[in-house]
Amino acid sequence: MWYWFLIAGLFGGICGGMGLGGGTLLIPILTILLSVDQHLAQGLNLLVFVPTGIVALIIHAKNKLLDYKMCLFVAIPALASAIICSIYVKDIKGELLGKIFGGFLIMIAVYELIVAIKTSVEKHKSKNEYKFII
Amino acid sequence: MEKQRNFDFGKIILFILGGIFIGVANGLFGGGGGMLCVPLLLFAGLQNKKAQATAILLMTPISIASVAIYYSNGFIDWNIAWYVMAGSILGGLLGAFILKKFSNITLQYIFAILVLVAGIRMII
Repeated sequence: MWYWFLIAGLFGGICGGMGLGGGTLLIPILTILLSVDQHLAQGLNLLVFVPTGIVALIIHAKNKLLDYKMCLFVAIPALASAIICSIYVKDIKGELLGKIFGGFLIMIAVYELIVAIKTSVEKHKSKNEYKFII
Repeated sequence: MEKQRNFDFGKIILFILGGIFIGVANGLFGGGGGMLCVPLLLFAGLQNKKAQATAILLMTPISIASVAIYYSNGFIDWNIAWYVMAGSILGGLLGAFILKKFSNITLQYIFAILVLVAGIRMII
């Protein structure tokens, strides 16, 4: 069975490496296909992100792609709310947590679809010089 | 958009609110914070690549804090963690390689539809 987890990680990693957000797919793969408990799947995703994130940061820092100025105002409230939520997430039952997470995924998917459609429309526009009225 | 880099009050409020949501996603769902982070940074005026890189800069320490708390609550299963981690690191390298070869927009559609299907499946 261990190889299924390797494949799940591989798939999540591919999405992450392409900048598509690995965790958003790794968690449902683990829970839906491999019957991992919701809390454990979330813990795994967090754990897996850390080494990948550190490696990516080293590469991005070398390429001077990091903008430190933007970070502070976002980082402090984000850190605070992440800590509070991580502490209290144990009080939510796995089944309910999975459903809330499902709702969150749908919101992300709709946003991603809108962005993708917008990008396609813009590409089409610049190719054909049509004027689209949205 | 002329005042892109000036820290006006409205923008700071937006950052703080955005930060709270990013943290909630990270702590409550164990992921997806980066998916909120990138649009926020794009809105703040960063370029696409910089926004993605800076999102990782934000998400790494936040994830370390969250994973420490998950660990202390017993939500880390080491029996499967090593396999998922090994696969993920390999996949990350592979993903970066694939990205250079294929059109981004098609992948974006496939990804969005997969996430949508997963989301619906989790609610039902």
